[in-house]
Amino acid sequence: MTLTEKILAKASGRTRVDAGETVWVNVDILMTHDVCGPPTIGIFKREFGEDARVWDKNKVVIIPDHYIFTNDKYANRNIDILRAFAADQDLPHYYDVGTERYKGVCHVAMPEEGFTRPGDVLFGTDSHTCTAGAFGQFATGIGNTDAGFILGTGKLWVKVPETMKFIFEGEIPPYIMAKDLILQIIGDIGVDGATYRAMEFAGDGVMRMDMEGRMTLTNMVIEGGGKNGVIEPDEVTFDYVRQRTDYDFTPLYNDPNPKYHSVRRYKSADLQPMVAKPHSPDNKATVTEVRGTRLTRAYIGSCTGGKITDFEAAAKILKDHQVGVETYVVPATTLVREQLKTTYYDGETLWNIFEQAGAHMGEASCAACLGGPSDTFGRLQSEEICISTTNRNFPGRMGSKKAQVYLASPYTVAASAITGKITDPREYLPVEEDISAGGAS
Amino acid sequence: MDKTIKGKAFVVGNDIDTDQIIPAEHLVYSLDDPEERRFYGRYSLSGVPEKESGLPHGGIPFTAPDKFKSEFKVIIGGKNFGCGSSREHAPFSLMEAGAEAVVATGYARIFYRNAVDGGFIIPYESHDDLIGNISTGDEVEIDGELNIIKNLTTGKSYPLKKLGDVIDIVEAGGIFKYAAKHGMI
Repeated sequence: MTLTEKILAKASGRTRVDAGETVWVNVDILMTHDVCGPPTIGIFKREFGEDARVWDKNKVVIIPDHYIFTNDKYANRNIDILRAFAADQDLPHYYDVGTERYKGVCHVAMPEEGFTRPGDVLFGTDSHTCTAGAFGQFATGIGNTDAGFILGTGKLWVKVPETMKFIFEGEIPPYIMAKDLILQIIGDIGVDGATYRAMEFAGDGVMRMDMEGRMTLTNMVIEGGGKNGVIEPDEVTFDYVRQRTDYDFTPLYNDPNPKYHSVRRYKSADLQPMVAKPHSPDNKATVTEVRGTRLTRAYIGSCTGGKITDFEAAAKILKDHQVGVETYVVPATTLVREQLKTTYYDGETLWNIFEQAGAHMGEASCAACLGGPSDTFGRLQSEEICISTTNRNFPGRMGSKKAQVYLASPYTVAASAITGKITDPREYLPVEEDISAGGAS
Repeated sequence: MDKTIKGKAFVVGNDIDTDQIIPAEHLVYSLDDPEERRFYGRYSLSGVPEKESGLPHGGIPFTAPDKFKSEFKVIIGGKNFGCGSSREHAPFSLMEAGAEAVVATGYARIFYRNAVDGGFIIPYESHDDLIGNISTGDEVEIDGELNIIKNLTTGKSYPLKKLGDVIDIVEAGGIFKYAAKHGMI
């Protein structure tokens, strides 16, 4: 069995499951947020009764993150609904807005808080829940109805997916980031190339990545249509998880030679900085091909591009430079925002590097990644041409149907922010990086 | 599935994502409150770029400005319909606008699952790409027993795939009704 099959077998109490079978699984964690939480709660109450209790309060995680810093009265009412439900149900894992507990983007907060655990099953009312697969977990997005069902029962049906395996052989060149790998893959297979399937990432190129790089890969599985992304857990995974929780997890691995849908191999040294052109994540081009394209906006943030390592990468390029277009920096979580002020590059904090470069600094949340209410920080309002570290560039995604969005790595976005044109990060990476890049190719 | 669905078709293209079905800025309304939920019908498919809204010519809003209900009952799409976010507001908005079915060559899985488990609309898959064969405004009829869609305007019929594994949940009217019927809840 594949890793995904083994997790689903364990969760359904079976010794074996096969791809294509439908099984009922026991859920280890259900996660929801401010956009889908209130309707989920509404369904739960409608179906199980006003006084019903959730199936296991220790397994419910509620992280408001989407529409936080807005005057929209409906959006703010959604937070009130979450707060009241968490209090009524006495939920220990609610991260309230306006308190010390507030986190920000759920997919980055989940690992920070120790909810991403090898061998477990996680469902979340957000399509990028697949991010947690980086920890060797089965994690996928669901809707409100399914989440309401889980709230009452702790169970859900799933069809066991086939697995597509993507192997990166050799060390990743220093000017290449995980985002380049996943944009390459999505460009190769298309936005429906992995529909109903699991995507597994492997090879020494992947296994040498830290957890945040791995999360960037699994985060965008949904942009290939995938059900879940997965990476076999190893010491890097265990170190990360054990530092954050004493939960007793059981890691699972692929059996020797399991049956895959397909296996695709990449030579890491051949990889190029990539973009996804408007208006689809599979509209791939190398940076070389679109170099010089005029921009009016740069955006660094979100679950996929707003982690501390993403900002470390951007700072490496922006240090001692000025941005040439409006540039927005949005840390995924409050912890990342704090880390911006305590993490140094070349003698300067990341926060100061961005401020001195002239970037606008935001509060931790999903912000303009998905547009949001009209007063959302960094939202595209008109005909902007934006380069962004986020994960979707569908028409209107960042707020305006007239805007164009290019997706790229933090390196590429930072280099492009300086020139106001799509720019190859190799032009701005420090010299020692160029030397090692030469060694890898 | 003995249900027949008859009404006007609304045709869109490939890869219609959930931001096009219901743009994120509208996700703030209550899905329960009868006054507020109507806005999901008003803004359903409002994120589709104008030239692709109502093919072949485009420029047709799914729900007319200032209305809450659409005149179209069946949405015709291409591949990967409903890709993107997990927002259940997407199939909900189509239902709230008055649509009863989508016919596409393929679906993104979360949208498909939400449509079925929520009992909002029926997501049929067609063998052939119907985008060039049905025009917005054509009168169509879906025969759920024979698994065909007829274009009553042109007189042509096209086969649909059987609903397969999920037919029991579709017939029950969603996952809760299905689970209740089978003594699970």
